[in-house]
Amino acid sequence: MTDERTVLMDGAGIKRALTRIAHEVLERNKGVADIVLIGIRSGGVLLAEGIAQQISVIEGGNVPVGAVDITLYRDDCSGQLPHHPVGKTDIPFSLEAKKVILVDDVLYTGRTIRAAMDALMDFGRPKSIQLAVLIDRGHRELPIRADFVGRNVPTSQKENVQVVFDGLNQPIEVVLEK
Amino acid sequence: MNLLIKNGRVIDPSQNIDDTLDVLVENGLVKEIGKKLAAPSGAEVVDAAGKYVVPGLIDMHVHLRDPGLEYKEDIISGTKAAVAGGFTAICCMPNTKPVIDNKTVASYIINKAKAEGFCNVFPVGSITYGLSGDRMSEMGELKESGCVAVSDDGKPVHNSELMMRALQYAAGIGIMVISHAEELELVGEGAMNEGFTSTELGLKGIPRVAEDIATARETMLAEYTGTPIHIAHVSTKGAVRIIREAKARGVKVTCETAPHYFTLTDDAVRGYNTNAKMNPPLREADDVAAIKAGLKDGTIDAIATDHAPHHQDEKDVEFNVAMNGIIGLETSLPLSLGLVTEGILTINQLIEKMSCVPSNILGLHRGSLTVGSVADITLIDPACEWVVEADKLASKSKNSPWLGKKMTGGAAATIVNGKVVYRIE
Amino acid sequence: MAEFKHKHIIALRDLSKEDIELLISTAESMREINCRDIKKVPTLRGKTIINLFYEASTRTRTSFEIAGKRLSADTVNITTASSSTTKGETLADTALNLLAMKPDIIVMRHSVSGSHYFLANKINCSIINAGDGAHEHPSQGLLDMLTMKDRFGRLDGLKVAIVGDVTHSRVARSNIQGLTKLGSKVFLAGPPTMMPPGVEKLGDVTVCRTMNEALQDADVVMMLRIQQERQGKTLMPNAREYSRYFGLNPSNIKLAKPGAIIMHPGPINRGVEMSSSMVDGDQSWILKQVENGVAVRMSMLYHVCGGELGE
Repeated sequence: MTDERTVLMDGAGIKRALTRIAHEVLERNKGVADIVLIGIRSGGVLLAEGIAQQISVIEGGNVPVGAVDITLYRDDCSGQLPHHPVGKTDIPFSLEAKKVILVDDVLYTGRTIRAAMDALMDFGRPKSIQLAVLIDRGHRELPIRADFVGRNVPTSQKENVQVVFDGLNQPIEVVLEK
Repeated sequence: MNLLIKNGRVIDPSQNIDDTLDVLVENGLVKEIGKKLAAPSGAEVVDAAGKYVVPGLIDMHVHLRDPGLEYKEDIISGTKAAVAGGFTAICCMPNTKPVIDNKTVASYIINKAKAEGFCNVFPVGSITYGLSGDRMSEMGELKESGCVAVSDDGKPVHNSELMMRALQYAAGIGIMVISHAEELELVGEGAMNEGFTSTELGLKGIPRVAEDIATARETMLAEYTGTPIHIAHVSTKGAVRIIREAKARGVKVTCETAPHYFTLTDDAVRGYNTNAKMNPPLREADDVAAIKAGLKDGTIDAIATDHAPHHQDEKDVEFNVAMNGIIGLETSLPLSLGLVTEGILTINQLIEKMSCVPSNILGLHRGSLTVGSVADITLIDPACEWVVEADKLASKSKNSPWLGKKMTGGAAATIVNGKVVYRIE
Repeated sequence: MAEFKHKHIIALRDLSKEDIELLISTAESMREINCRDIKKVPTLRGKTIINLFYEASTRTRTSFEIAGKRLSADTVNITTASSSTTKGETLADTALNLLAMKPDIIVMRHSVSGSHYFLANKINCSIINAGDGAHEHPSQGLLDMLTMKDRFGRLDGLKVAIVGDVTHSRVARSNIQGLTKLGSKVFLAGPPTMMPPGVEKLGDVTVCRTMNEALQDADVVMMLRIQQERQGKTLMPNAREYSRYFGLNPSNIKLAKPGAIIMHPGPINRGVEMSSSMVDGDQSWILKQVENGVAVRMSMLYHVCGGELGE
């Protein structure tokens, strides 16, 4: 049950953060050549689309966006699998020699990212994988760090951070629930 | 050992008695029936207040499995189950190993039952030698050695000529022919009744017409030869109608049904319950209604159990592989009392169908409490409530569809030849 | 969130509309894996699946095996020829022996209807029915429904004609159970000797007098396999007459809707259930069915592994 709800970012703040990440991606990679964005279902996909949109505003042209569902790569499957419905992985292009920007909404233990990277490797050998997240809330359990961060938020493990989307799949706020 | 049964409701349809009376038993015979009888010195007094005191129940259709298949049941366990169910006499079917088609086997059964059994056992010999269906057994010798009927129960006599001759020959000897009425080609590989349930479960069905056709053949053969015939385990609406019509024409046909045919439908098979697999199979609701109507109007003369014990290994298998049949001796009485509760039969009619009539059909000289008759008596508690539990059943086999089910009514005590052989604690 | 709460998948009769929809939608997601260069995900790594086949089967067994392998499970095949059943071992004993080897899932095909329920009472691993007698063949039913959904985008309101030996068909029963739960209308046609009593009571099912009646305006025409050994017995005179009245051909297919698809669970008797031009023609979705088989079976394997909840 949620007792307290704090808004960490509003829609405008999120948009600014995505714009900044788009700039950083372009700067680090010296343009859009060979860049593809892969969002992690479901929040990451919507954010990846947002970043792609900003990149095309800045540089022109379209960056390919794909989606990866990590359900089948989870590391909590060895015992009884939880009842996760399986979403579609949709990567309609080759990852061979591409610079993959993996996008997720909240970076937490790092396990989701591990699973997503395993999934990506099954699609070929990318030149590099970089990680972009809107929120980094800490508490990593694996040696994983983000290359691009919208905002670092110190949290306790009892708290829950969520990116909220509206009916048009636009991010409207980031909330911290205690 | 003398016995005075006091204050029970004595119901003896053979004498039109239904009153609160005392019954005095001396030297294995009924000595006296009357009000407020005094106990002779040394007599055991049984208080039967609230109980029915009736002529010992007779089950004319039981598979005792002895000799040869004692791993399912034997004469000791089978008769123990019988008296626990209130039966003082049972007729055992000839599909033993070896078959009851000769004096040796018949005598073995009678002697073992007398020496070690708990109730009277009347063997039924086979119609055809070895149940082969191709030549007649020595029915004369079978009768002389104590068989009370002949039957190939478990399968029909497929050859109509042989069946007709068997009816004629048996009539000459004076032994009843009991028919397992089924047309085998229509049964085929069927595993349950053919109907909606078999369609849904994907099990091969046995159409009801398989029984109807065979029942029609038997009544027509009996009509043509003018001989008596008894039809075993009637389960279909059609068979009831055919027998009703034959009786109306004066055909000497009698028949029995079993408690599962007036209490269960093929719905009981759902879940692939092998304890609901028997032959004939459980039918549908309109058949159950027709069986009840047949009991009520007298078309169906008797209630028998078709007690068919099978070892767990023969039932705890895939449905098609499971053997046909269920045990019935220990559940027949409460289930049949249900007919009285339902208003289908009066208690007097029920006792007729479970005692007097079977005795008359087979000439057993039982089924009556007339003074001087053998003191086979059942004390029925119509109100006791109990649950069918595998480890409490006397039968060696536990293949009952009623395991875990609540029953109302049962035998309070069973008296065979004047001796109390079963009594509820 | 949709959850699959069954430990076993034995019959579509036992599943709800939501269960079936979840199995189909998961299969849609799984399908993507089958198009990759590396057709494998680690989901069922360390799980052991035994394919226990008491009846000959090529495509169903292979399809389950591939499905298991694509999910990284270890799959073992046991067929009657190599099992102990020929030595007289009972199904229960065979199962208990297999269970001692700690499989997570047993996929079984058996000739006796209901055998899987019998087994489910004896052992504690998950059981998937790959066909039992004339009862059900749930994976076939699901892959058929997925194929129809691929073509029409929906199952609700579809008119599905099923033609042939319905009495002996587990494929027909699973399709009837599943389709009617998802809102399709089923029309059956076949010789009356092959139409089981009361089948119209299984759902929105109409038994047609003639094949033409069933084909009229159908979206899907599903032809059932005729078992050749039934010819000349009591159910039908011979294949020639059967195909005259219940065979699909270029002329009677015109009764169905123009965009209708033709399906068959296989193996096909060409020239009996349908002419070769129908099997190989544009309207035939038979190979699509086979293709969908792997994804559907991956979905089934995934979901039975997914719960601590028993049935």
